Amino acid sequence: MELILEGLRKAFWLLVTFDPEVMGITLLSLKVSGIATLVSLVIGISVGAVVALTRFPGRRIAVTLINTGMGLPPVVVGLFVSILLWRNGPLGFLEVLYTPTAMIIAQAVIATPIVMGITVAAMQQLPRKLRQQILALGATRVQLVLIMTREARLPLLAAVMAGFGGVISEVGASIMVGGNIKGYSRVLTTATVMEASRGNFDTAIALGIILLILAYGVNLVLTHIQQRERPR
Amino acid sequence: MSPAGPLIEARGLRVERGGAVILDVPLLTVEEGEVLSFIGPNGAGKTTLLQTLSYLLRPFEGTLLFRGRKVGSDLPVLAYRRALAMASQEPLLFDTTVFENVSSGLRIRGVPKREMRSAVLDWLALFGVGGLKDRSARSLSGGEAQRVSLARAFAIRPDVMLLDEPFGSLDPRSREPLIEDMQAILKKTRTTTLFVTHDLMESLRLSDRIAVMDRGRICQIGPADKVLNAPVDEFVASFVGTGTILKGRILRENGDTVLVSVSGSGEAIESVGAFPVGETVLLCIRPENVTLSVPSGRAGSEDPLLTSARNLFSGAVTRVSPMGFYQRIDLDCGFPLVSYVTLQSCEALKLTEGRRVTASFKATAVHMIKKTGDPGENP
Repeated sequence: MELILEGLRKAFWLLVTFDPEVMGITLLSLKVSGIATLVSLVIGISVGAVVALTRFPGRRIAVTLINTGMGLPPVVVGLFVSILLWRNGPLGFLEVLYTPTAMIIAQAVIATPIVMGITVAAMQQLPRKLRQQILALGATRVQLVLIMTREARLPLLAAVMAGFGGVISEVGASIMVGGNIKGYSRVLTTATVMEASRGNFDTAIALGIILLILAYGVNLVLTHIQQRERPR
Repeated sequence: MSPAGPLIEARGLRVERGGAVILDVPLLTVEEGEVLSFIGPNGAGKTTLLQTLSYLLRPFEGTLLFRGRKVGSDLPVLAYRRALAMASQEPLLFDTTVFENVSSGLRIRGVPKREMRSAVLDWLALFGVGGLKDRSARSLSGGEAQRVSLARAFAIRPDVMLLDEPFGSLDPRSREPLIEDMQAILKKTRTTTLFVTHDLMESLRLSDRIAVMDRGRICQIGPADKVLNAPVDEFVASFVGTGTILKGRILRENGDTVLVSVSGSGEAIESVGAFPVGETVLLCIRPENVTLSVPSGRAGSEDPLLTSARNLFSGAVTRVSPMGFYQRIDLDCGFPLVSYVTLQSCEALKLTEGRRVTASFKATAVHMIKKTGDPGENP
C-alpha cells in the first residue's frame, strides 16, 4: 500500500515539475501514435471506403481479413516489422530499425485494420440509395467517397478513437522495433515496462497515470465532438 | 419528333438479374421539354428503367443517345450524368443544413459561391421552404424533407429531371400542395421530366405523355387521352381505370360502326371501329362516358329516351361506391357496366341498389381491342 502511495506522490511530483525526461517521453508517445493514427486514417478510410462501396471477387475474404486484422497482436506486428527492417531484411536499406520511424510504421500497421474495419461497417450502414443519390447529383468517384465519408463521420470518429487508443497503449511492437532507447525511442509504455522491471514502481506508476490521462484527454475531445453532433 | 431529334433515345435496353429479364425496352425516345410518366404496378420495372436511363444501374444491354451523342463513347458517362438530376421517394438528404443540402449538386460541379447561393435561395423559395435554410436536415418533417430534396435536384438546372415516386411516402395533406407546386414549377421551367408513379391521377396531372409498364416492358406509350381512351390491351385498359371491359364478337358491320354481341348476354353493343365479322374483341367503356337516366315519372314518359347515343340499355344498380367527388355505380344490364356520376346526380336520380335505370353511351365511347390468347372460344 505504501508503495502505491509513494508511486502516486512521485507521479504527482513528476507531473507538476514538468520533469524533462518524462515530458520528452510523453511528447514522443503522442507524436509516434498521433502520426501512426493519421497514416492509418488515410489508408484505412480510403481502402475501407473502396471495399465498402464496390463489388469485386474475393470481397468477402477481404472483409474477413480486415476484421481479423482489427485484433492483430502488437507483438506479432513488432516481430514481422523487425524482420522486414533488419539490416539484411527486404526493407533493411531504409535503415530505420530502432528509430521512432520504425515505431510509427509498426503502430500504423496495428491501427490501419482497426480504422479500415470500422470504416467498412460505417459506410455499409448508410442507405444504399444514398450512394445512388450522390452519383445522380453528378459526383465523381472521389467526390462520392468524400461525401460518404462526411455522412459517416460520427462512426468514423469511433475509428479514430479506437485506432489511437490501440496504438498509444501498445508496448510489444514499440519495444521490438524501437528498442526503448533513452531519449530517442522511449515512449510511455516501453518506459513503464522498463521501470517496473527495475523495481522503480513509483516512476512506473507515474508514467502509467500520464498514459491514462493522455488516452482520456484525447477521447474526451473526440467524444465531445461526437455527442455534440447528435442533437436528435 | 422535333427537327433536332429527341433529347434522349434509348435502344434495346435490357436488364437481366438472376436469369430473369427485369427490363426490356426496345426503343424509347424522350423529347425536349416533355413530361413523360411511367405508370404500372409494383415490380413493373419503372424504377429499373429510370436507374438504367441515369446510368446508375449497371450492367445493362443497349445504347443511350443524349442529344444524338452516344453515352459512354461520344459523351462521357459523368458528363451525361451531370445533365440529369434525380429525386426519389425517400428524400435521402445529407446530414447537414438545408442550405448545404440544396447546394450540394452545385458544389459538386464547382459552381462559384455567389451564383450557388442565389440559385439555392431561389429554389428553396420556389418549393416554399426558404425559411428552413439554416435548419438541420434531420429536423425536417416528411413533407419538408421532400421539398428540400426536390429543390436540391432542381437547383442543378438539369436537362432531364428523373422523379421516382416523389410523392409516394407523403400523407395527403403535404402531398396535394406539393403536387400543385410541382405542376407550376414544371410548367414554368419546361424541364424535361421522367416521372415514375403507380398513381394514375398523379401522372395525369403532371404529364404530357404516359407510358404504362408491366413486367419490364412498356405496354403502351402516348398522350394521356390516347392511353386512357384507346388502351392497347386488357392490362393497360384495367390499369388506366377503364371500368367496363367486356368480351364480345363482331355480329355485323353497319357502315362506320359494328354491332358486337356481348359474351354471356343476349345484348349487343354498337361501336365505332373496323373489325371483320366473327372476330373476338374486348370492349372497353370508360365510366365517365356512361350516362344514367331514370323515367321522369310524368304521364306519357314511357317513350324511349331521345338521345344521340347509339347504345341504350336498361338495367339495375348493383352497387353504389363513393369515390371522393363522384360515385361509382355498378349496373347489371345483362352484362356488367360501370358509370361515374356526381354526388348531386346520384341524389337527384335516387340511385340505390336495385334501382332501375337506363344507361347510354355513344358508339364512339366504345374502344375495341382485338382479343388474343383464346381463339375458338364461343362468345
